[in-house]
Amino acid sequence: MTTPEPVPGEGREVEGLSQGQIVRRRLIRHRGALAGLLTLTVVAVLAYTSVGTLGLPGWWKWDSFTPGDVHDGGSPTLSLPRWLGGRGFAIGDHPFGQDEIGRDAFARTMKGTQTSLNVMVVVIVLAALIGMGVGALAGYFRGWVDQLLMRTTDLFITFPVIVIGAVLGKLAGGAGAFWLAVALGCITWTALARLVRGEFLALREREFVDAAKVAGASSFRIMRKHLLPNAIGVVIVNTTLLASTAVLLETSLSFLGFGVQPPGVSLGTMIAEYQSAFSTRPWLFWWPGLFIVLVALSVNFIGDGLRDAFDPRQRRVPSRRAMDRAARQSVVTRPAAAHEPLDSPGA
Amino acid sequence: MIVFFVKRLLMSLVVVLVSTLVMYVVVDQAIDPLEDLRTSTAPNVEDQIANRVAELRLDEPVLMRYLSWLRGASGCLYGSCDLGENWRTNQQVTSLLSGAVVTTIQLVTAATVLAILLGVVVGIVSALRQYSGLDYSVTLLSFLFFSLPVFWVAVLAKVFLAIDANDFLARPHIPPIVIVLMALGVGVVVSSALAGPAPARLRNLLVPAAVTVGLLVYVNLTDWLTDPSIGIVMIAVSSVGSALLMTALSTGLRNRRALLSALTVAAVGVGLWWPMLYLWIHASTAGLLGWPLVLTLFALALAVSAGIGCAWGGPDRARSARTAVLTAVPVSLMLFVDRLMRSWDLYTDNPVIKGRPIATLGRATPNLDGDFWIQTIDTFTHLLLPTVTLVLVSFASYTRFTRSSMLEVMSQDYIRTARSKGLNERTVVMRHAFRNALLPLASIVPIDIITLLGGAVLTETVFGWFGMGQLFVTSLDGNQQDPVMAYIVIVGVLAVLANIVSDLAYAALDPRIRVSA
Repeated sequence: MTTPEPVPGEGREVEGLSQGQIVRRRLIRHRGALAGLLTLTVVAVLAYTSVGTLGLPGWWKWDSFTPGDVHDGGSPTLSLPRWLGGRGFAIGDHPFGQDEIGRDAFARTMKGTQTSLNVMVVVIVLAALIGMGVGALAGYFRGWVDQLLMRTTDLFITFPVIVIGAVLGKLAGGAGAFWLAVALGCITWTALARLVRGEFLALREREFVDAAKVAGASSFRIMRKHLLPNAIGVVIVNTTLLASTAVLLETSLSFLGFGVQPPGVSLGTMIAEYQSAFSTRPWLFWWPGLFIVLVALSVNFIGDGLRDAFDPRQRRVPSRRAMDRAARQSVVTRPAAAHEPLDSPGA
Repeated sequence: MIVFFVKRLLMSLVVVLVSTLVMYVVVDQAIDPLEDLRTSTAPNVEDQIANRVAELRLDEPVLMRYLSWLRGASGCLYGSCDLGENWRTNQQVTSLLSGAVVTTIQLVTAATVLAILLGVVVGIVSALRQYSGLDYSVTLLSFLFFSLPVFWVAVLAKVFLAIDANDFLARPHIPPIVIVLMALGVGVVVSSALAGPAPARLRNLLVPAAVTVGLLVYVNLTDWLTDPSIGIVMIAVSSVGSALLMTALSTGLRNRRALLSALTVAAVGVGLWWPMLYLWIHASTAGLLGWPLVLTLFALALAVSAGIGCAWGGPDRARSARTAVLTAVPVSLMLFVDRLMRSWDLYTDNPVIKGRPIATLGRATPNLDGDFWIQTIDTFTHLLLPTVTLVLVSFASYTRFTRSSMLEVMSQDYIRTARSKGLNERTVVMRHAFRNALLPLASIVPIDIITLLGGAVLTETVFGWFGMGQLFVTSLDGNQQDPVMAYIVIVGVLAVLANIVSDLAYAALDPRIRVSA
């Protein structure tokens, strides 16, 4: 190929759109991200409305803490439709079953999912703020500010997050999931800070920063109005990926006993409590794990979609079949044009 | 270079010092050694509290306690370690640690090596076949593995995998439907990894599938799973196979000298099979049998193969030697595994094992007596499940990382240059792209080791390995400061060392990086 022609459609496609609009369009087109968004929304709506939140009542008939009579050994009443090999679709009284003192497993799983989602939101907001702040200051001012902040960051990454998390979780103790989330937010910002610092180090050398300086903009204004919007992709993508780490971290700590304490419900605590009863009540063990995976997986997919959407080099790659068809058509319409064979896929 | 190294070392020392100080204070705030006494109703509770406060010096400021802890801990640098004691049992922390450190390092090393090997191979293949069905499946799987909670998988593996695998091994017979499915699976993976036009794909699907069917039927017919061994025929076939594969990957089959060196190594390996069995017996009677001997023999094998490669000579003897050494690795591994398998029967029939070999608890079967081979099998069966759970998560991150790094490299100009020079695909991928794609891995490995140490906290708890992670969890739960601090300082030092090694490796591997003192 001598002169690469611009891909038809790509330029027209994004013409006159803001970055936000482009990203939104690409995200919706990303199948994985769309599925992740839908799943996360469904899980969140189910978790928050079913057992209620903030003192509001939910529509589900049981709550997560009242013991009751154990029916049928507490086995789950949820059954699959006949065409999937079940006994006909039914939800029943206790779709996820009951534990040994008759608490409804569905209500507990929903409450635990709520805890995980709450912790996730607090952690990512806090980590994004600290990470952006530290990274921006270090990258913009360089020199001793950079040294001081980055050596502080080094202190945090000396230990596995789960170890510092366990110590802080023990410190936050019974103070509730909110303070646990605050503690976790204070230790998970390090990766983001390093990335934002790298972005700022590169961006601050660009001409538009000089222009802003000459126009008399203050350092704070340059960081906020000129640099941060350029680095926002990195921040959003990595914050999303951090969200799944946060969910796994909270549940792991609760599993070890250093996270959410009773009366709070966490999916990790449920798994820890029920792992010994696995042979008699396996359903108590399955559902909490499944919901952790659902939340973490959908968040990861959204993050992946966002990464692609923010990547300016990213173009939609047509499938092999579409390329073959295009090649055939170009042969038909322009018989004189040099036709190159498609070589190996690595090319 | 040396100035850089010393500077880096001093810097790390400061990091360790400050981080231990901070952690000492935080841990001191987090734990409450008087917890059990606060709710106690004993009449002399005041005295007990006063006693414990005096014993643990809780009335002194935390900084004073840190300094005295530091004095004891810094003794480790010149051989008189004092990391304090567990105040409930009055055991010295150093004696608690001795076994635990080995346990954790065993677990983390096994997981790291496996995860890197698997992750890199899968990541490279996935990158080379970008946007293929294989690539999408690998991506999907790695996302799934990323999102799995380690502790949940660990419990699942413990309950399902272990019980089912043991039941299966008690009466091993692979049903036909499983054979068909496995053969199809292997065929599809191989053919999509190799790609190519449709007829080649079909051939790549059918040949591996047929081989798989043959192997599995052989396993069924000979009752291989109850009494496994590789045997001289299989060793010969797979030695020649690995010689061909290693040559194809490292120099290409056109390079006759390299091919002959690799084949010589394979022949030597096959020839050594029978003498080696005698050697093991003699070593055992001489009391020499053990890991030192095995590792020495392995090193010897590598050295001899390098010699063989050089002996075939030619203008580029280094390449022949490299191919020979690469071939020696699988060949010697097979000789070792074959001998190990010969003890499998004895191991499963051992009265302590009771025919359920896949272990779920601890790092060794208590009261198991047997020679080196039995003990080694025992270690492996105990390592199996915790390692698999740890590898899952780590593998996902290595795959993603290698894939993106490989894609980055493959789009560079020098790859296009290499192609336009007319180099074949193997040379472009293995010599130009692969090496450069692996470079950034040097900076990921230390981070991953720290993550794995964290993951080990969870797996050790679930599988009841008494390693450092479990020591940390139980001590933190039991409000014992000294063992917790011992864990923290060891992990901190390990992390700092891993970072230094990675910096040095990076500087040594990448000529673009100049260390500035």
